[in-house]
Amino acid sequence: MNGAQDLGGMMGFGAIATEPEDHRFHAEWEKRAMGLTIAMGATGSWSIDASRHARESLDPADYLSSSYYEIWIKGLERLSVAQGLVTQEEVDHGRVATAPAPIKRVLRRDDVAAVLARGSPCDRPATAAAVFKPGDQVRTRNINPMGHTRLPRYARAKKGVIDRVHGAFVFPDANAHGGGEQPQWVYTVRFSARQLWGEAAEAGHSVSIDAWESYLERA
Amino acid sequence: MDEPPPDNHDHDHAHADNHLSEMDLRVRALESLLVEKGYVDPGAIDAIVETYETKVGPRNGAAVVAKAWSDPAFRDWLLRDATAAIASLGFTGRQGEHMVAVENSADEHNLVVCTLCSCYPWSVLGLPPTWYKSPPYRSRAVIDPRGVLAEFGVTLPAATRIRVWDSTAELRYLVVPRRPEGSEGMSEEALAALVTRDSMIGVGLARQPSEATS
Repeated sequence: MNGAQDLGGMMGFGAIATEPEDHRFHAEWEKRAMGLTIAMGATGSWSIDASRHARESLDPADYLSSSYYEIWIKGLERLSVAQGLVTQEEVDHGRVATAPAPIKRVLRRDDVAAVLARGSPCDRPATAAAVFKPGDQVRTRNINPMGHTRLPRYARAKKGVIDRVHGAFVFPDANAHGGGEQPQWVYTVRFSARQLWGEAAEAGHSVSIDAWESYLERA
Repeated sequence: MDEPPPDNHDHDHAHADNHLSEMDLRVRALESLLVEKGYVDPGAIDAIVETYETKVGPRNGAAVVAKAWSDPAFRDWLLRDATAAIASLGFTGRQGEHMVAVENSADEHNLVVCTLCSCYPWSVLGLPPTWYKSPPYRSRAVIDPRGVLAEFGVTLPAATRIRVWDSTAELRYLVVPRRPEGSEGMSEEALAALVTRDSMIGVGLARQPSEATS
C-alpha cells in the first residue's frame, strides 16, 4: 500500500540523529515493547508479513510522528484485536474482560535462546524454474495495491538488470492477507541512480531492491 | 485571534516527558493484558531483552569481517554463501536467516537501508540503531547516498561509485568494509576492534589501527 512507510526518495525529514554503538534502548518501555512484540510473534498468530502490514496501515500522520517501537506497539495492539486475542475495550482499559482465545503456542523463557537462534527462514522449494537470470533486462511493474507489497514506489515502472537470483521465498503480498505463502523467485534488481532519480543523480551510483518475480517483466 | 503561547520550549519538553510515560503505561498495560490472557511468559520477554542487550550485537559482525580480512578462503565463502559462512562462526537466527555479504573496494562502496521498514541483520549486528529505522535515513539513503555519508563524517573519493542495497525482501545485508592500511600482521581479535557497526551498514569506514589502541 502507498502508506507512510514507503519513504524512499522523500525529503524534508531533517538531519540523521546518529548514536553510539553501545546504545541499545532509550527507555525501559522500549525493551518491553521489543520483547513483547517478538514473544507475541512467536505464538504463531500472524505472519511477519501481516505484522508489517499492520504497522504500515497506521494513519500516515501517526506513523511519521511515532518512534519505531511505538509503531511496533500500535501494530501489536491492532493485530491482537484483529485476531480476536483481545478486544479493543480490553486494550483501552488494560483489564481482562473476556476468556482467552486458543493460540498455537506460548514462548517460554527456557525456549527463547533456541527459538531466536533458529529464526524463521522464509525460503521455500521452488515450484517452477526461475524466469530470469543474472544480466537480464527487466522492468518493474507499475502496481499500486491497496494491500501489502514490498515493491517501493520509487522503484515502480523502472528499468533495471537482474543482479542475483536468490531462490523462492514466501510472497508477502499474498501471505500478509491470509492468501497463503505462494512462494515466488526473488531477485536482486539493480537500477542506475539516473534511471530512478533522473539526470541530476551521479552517473555511477546504483540502487538495488530485492523483488519477487511477479513484480517484474522482461524489458 | 488568540496569541500563540510565547515560549514553547518548556512546554515541548514537558510534553516529551509525558509522551514517554504515556508509552510506558501503554506498553505495561498491553503486556499485563497479554500475560494475564496466557499468551506471553514475562520471563520470555526478559530473556529476549537480555539476548539483544548482552549477547547478540555488532561484535558478532566484527568477528565475521575480521576473519574475512584474515582468511581469503573464508572471505570467498562469505561472498558466495554468507548464511553458511556466518553460521560456521556460530551466528545464526532471527533476522539473519538469509544473509548476503557485500565487499567495499576502492571503486565501489556499499550502503544498506530498508526504506519500507527496519530490516537489518540482527544475527550479526543486533538491534538496529534508531536512526536506521527513522525517516531521515530511510528516505534519503536511496536518493542522496553521498549526502548521507557526509552526515556520518564519511567523504569518499568522487570516483568511488556508491551502491545502495534496499532490503525489500528477506535477504539481510552485511557490508565488509575495506581493511585499513597499516593493519598488516594484526590478529583477528585486534582487527575486529577496528570494525564498527556503522562500517558494516556502510555509513562508516573501519577504524585506523592508530585509533583503536586507545
